[in-house]
Parts: sequence; structure tokens; C-alpha cells
Amino acid sequence: MAEPLLTLAGVHTHIGQYHILQGVDLVVPRGGLSVLLGRNGAGKTTTLRTIMGLWKASAGSIHFDGRDITKLATPDIARLGIAYVPESMAVFSDLTVRENLHLAARSGPMDTARLEWIFGFFPALKKFWNYPAGNLSGGQKQMVAIARAIVEPRKLLLVDEPTKGLAPAIVQSLIAAFRELKEHDTTILLVEQNFNFVRSLGDTVSVMDDGRVAHAGTMAALANDDALQQRLLGLSLAAHQ
Amino acid sequence: MSAILTRKPAAPAAMPPPQADAPLPSAPRDIAPVLLVPVLALLMLPLVGSFPTWVTLTVAGLAMGMMIFIMASGLTLVFGLMNVLNFGHGAFVSVGAFAATLVLLPMRGWLEMDSLLINLGVLALAVTVAMLVTALLGWAFERVIIMPVYGQHLKQILITMGGMIVAEQLINVIWGAETIPLPLPTSLRGAIFLGDAAIEKYRLVAVIVGLVVFAGMFLTLNRTKIGLLIRAGVENGEMVESLGYRIRRLFVGVFAAGSALAGLGGVMWGLYKETLSAAMGGEIMIMIFIVIIIGGLGSVGGCFIGALLMALVANYAGFLAPKIALVSNIILMIAILLWRPAGLYSKMRG
Repeated sequence: MAEPLLTLAGVHTHIGQYHILQGVDLVVPRGGLSVLLGRNGAGKTTTLRTIMGLWKASAGSIHFDGRDITKLATPDIARLGIAYVPESMAVFSDLTVRENLHLAARSGPMDTARLEWIFGFFPALKKFWNYPAGNLSGGQKQMVAIARAIVEPRKLLLVDEPTKGLAPAIVQSLIAAFRELKEHDTTILLVEQNFNFVRSLGDTVSVMDDGRVAHAGTMAALANDDALQQRLLGLSLAAHQ
Repeated sequence: MSAILTRKPAAPAAMPPPQADAPLPSAPRDIAPVLLVPVLALLMLPLVGSFPTWVTLTVAGLAMGMMIFIMASGLTLVFGLMNVLNFGHGAFVSVGAFAATLVLLPMRGWLEMDSLLINLGVLALAVTVAMLVTALLGWAFERVIIMPVYGQHLKQILITMGGMIVAEQLINVIWGAETIPLPLPTSLRGAIFLGDAAIEKYRLVAVIVGLVVFAGMFLTLNRTKIGLLIRAGVENGEMVESLGYRIRRLFVGVFAAGSALAGLGGVMWGLYKETLSAAMGGEIMIMIFIVIIIGGLGSVGGCFIGALLMALVANYAGFLAPKIALVSNIILMIAILLWRPAGLYSKMRG
């Protein structure tokens, strides 16, 4: 396995009086796509938000690229090269697609070649370039959110349930996009509930339950083990095919 | 090897090509609120009956609206971006007006010269001083009073109202409790006549300054990266931080800029009324709140239209039905909110 890019060790997170993360241990290897699975309320989104510093870890440590980022503020974490695509997508609806991407390009003007590369798998963005993002469909907003995360090179993408509520055709285009990103050695940590979406994409997988990582291993091992899927995810792969 | 994507990526062969030649759909624009102002003005023409009177009333309404917009625009941005209910915003109006007297009173002789250039020069200096003082005060206000109560609306209301009372009393301590006369510069007194219509010179200046401020804010918000950040921050500050921007600095900058605009508005309002009192900011807060509610909290464009609408309605009502002029603002607000419950252009975060 490649060296770890991101490591969470015994991370606890409290939100108000609720103890959400209860000692998360997670390793994201450099390169490839890691998947975080789990039922609703298992702590997946909280894990991503804690990594981004949007909620502070109350105990444990988070190391990214050899640096302790546990106490860093969100903008400083982002500046280290982590991009975040939240579950809500959080596109700026009053801004055009161009303006959304322009804001994400912190270091200067957007790279034309890179934009063309993004348009390659999200052609709708070119079509709606000067269109307010708030007027786009859910799938198109998801494209804006992901494009915003990759408009400049980033070391790590954190993507929270990108397929939620999207039509199958849009999901296929997202699969193609993530494959493309993988081919360009971008490290991705993907939170999903849709196992069939990630089984062919993921290199490693962690399964969360009750605020902890209950299982960690390779995606191939989980995809080929119906009994393990049944135990961890409560599903039979055959039932989803 | 580092996973950083450093090379220029090639276009993927298997992907569908960009639809470069497809016609771009035009973005729908919500212009109904913009049309309200000219429609209202034109509807009032037959009711007023006399064209010169209508022109005078309309210009007076536009001037008053511009001054209220200048004072209110900072507050709506502060609320939209920082989610702060600053009931003390009126303090910056009063402080700005009084700070201007530091220039206007010693240079009274220059203001009495019959030279537009000299008069405007002194006014520009006074406005600069007022805006600097209120920007600094805004910066301190945010650090000392606002910062401990972020996210707590009830405490914000209480502490900012307290801040305004303290500011008013400090004005009384420094400048005295008496109202201070603030006559207009010589060259801005009186009216110019367009046919039979009399238009006060100062009201024309107010309209011009208001348009310049609106254009400046519009261009800043729509043509600069800082403006994009403010608009994005109004909608989702957390996401702006996740993109790597330190929104706290933006907050402080916007708060100081909003305070400076209130200071500018205070100078203009003081010259319009030709007297200053420590309570002037508090007195105008009702109008400012009505304007930002009508416009849609957080929307500068909505604030602009709301201010013009409110001032025009007040002027027309004062002429046509003086008895309802006092409640015309409230009637307008109710009508707008029945039509658009979140205001003309809502920017409330979801």
C-alpha cells in the first residue's frame, strides 16, 4: 500500500452535547480513491467536516502530508491542498458557473487547458458557463461543485455523497469523472452509501458504524466477499445487481 | 511520488466533447422589482396633476432615497455576510455627521465662499474625515462589541443597542447636548429651475453621490474578486472558508466599509436636515430597517430599490394624502412582503 497522505488517529468530535465521532482511525493512502461507507448517522460526513476543520476534533490527531492539521483553521487546511465537496454541494447560486470556478482558483487566473480538461467530462459546464449556478439542475450543480474542487491541482479531494438524489445518467458521468481523476493520480476520499457506485472505483474502503471505523481494507476484498458485505453493510451485492 | 496533479491533463478520449457550438441559454433576470420605481413614478404623475410639481417631488424622493440607501447599504451587507443584527448602525450615522464638523465648522468661511469648487473641496475633505473615523470606529465596534456575540441574535440586538446609546452619550460629551446647525455651502443652496420645476441643488448632489456609491458597490460586488467573495460569503461563508479564504478578515473589512458608508450617509443627512443631533442616527434606524427588509436582507440591489421606493412613496403621500404619509412606509413594507415575503431580492443563506 502507498504511503499515507491523510491519517486520523483516535479522533473524537462533539457537536453540542452529542458525541458523534468516537475514536476514528482512518488512513488514506497517497494516490487512488478511498471510500468511506456506512449507514446514515454513522459519522461519515462528520469525519469529512472534522478533517476540513469545520468541526473541531475534541481528541485525537489528524495528520495530512506529514503535518498535524488537527488545530488548524479551515482556510489554512484548504490552503494545504485539500478540496471539499459537501453533501449539499454548496454551489454559490447567485454566482455564475464561471464565477464559482474563478473563486476556487485561488492562485490566479484559471488554467485554460485544465478547464478544457474539466469540460471534457462535464460538458454542461461549458454550455452554462455564464449562467447562475442556482438555476442549474441538481446534477449540474454537482458538476460545478466537483469542478470547483479540481479547477486547480489539489493533493486531496474530500467528496461527500456525490450521487445522492441524482439521475442514473448523471451518476455515470460522475463515475467517468472520478475514473479520470484517478488516472491523474489525484487522491480522493469519497463518502458514499451507494455501494455499486464505488465498488468499481474504490481502491481502499473503510466502513463506519456508530462513530468509529468498523472495517478497513481493500475494495476488492469487500466486493468479492458477500458475507462481509452482509455483515458490514447489511446488503447482498446480488440484490443490487 | 507525490500525488499532486502538477502536469497539464490531456482531454480524455472517451468523454463526450464539449458542446462549444451549442447556443448559450440566456440567464433569466428578475427585473420586476427594478420596474417598480419608474412604474410608481409614472402612476403618480396623473394623481399629482402638475408636471413641475411631479418633477420636484420625484427628485426630492430620489435624493432622500439615495441618502437612505447610502446609510442602509452597509447594514444589509453586514447582516447578509456576517449574520449580525447591528441595531447600533445608527451610531455610525451620528458619529459620521459629527466627525464631519471637525472640518466643516473650522472651515465655515470656505463654505460661505460662492465657489462650487471650493465648497465641494471642503465637503470632500469632511466626508473623507467622517468615513475614516467611522471606519475605525466600525473596526473597533466589531472587535469589542460584535465578536463576542456572533451567532447569538438576541445578544446582538441588546449589545448593539447598548453600543449605540454609549456612542450617543459620547457625542453629547464631546460636542455637547445642543443641536448643531449645519448650513449648506453657499453654492449648494437654493434651486435650479427646469421650466417651472424647482429642483434643489443639494438634492441633485445627493442623487449623484447616491448613484456613484451604488455604481461603485455594484462594480465592486460584480467585477472584483473581493466582491465575488462577499457575495459568496453572504450565501455560504463556510464554503468560502473551505476554498481557502479567511472570511474573518473579509467580515472586518465589510463591517468597517459599511460603517464608513453610514458615516458618509450621516454627513449627507445632516446637511440635508441642516442640523445635527446625537439622536439623528437612532431616529433614522427605523427607515433603514424598513429599507433592508423591503429590499431583502443581504441584497445591495434590493436595498437600493427599497430605499428609492420608500422615499418616493413618502414624498408622494406627503403631497397627496398627508394624513397617511406617516404610515406610508409601513404600508409599503406590508405590500412588498405580501408580494415577496423575503423582500425584493432575498440573499438569505439557506
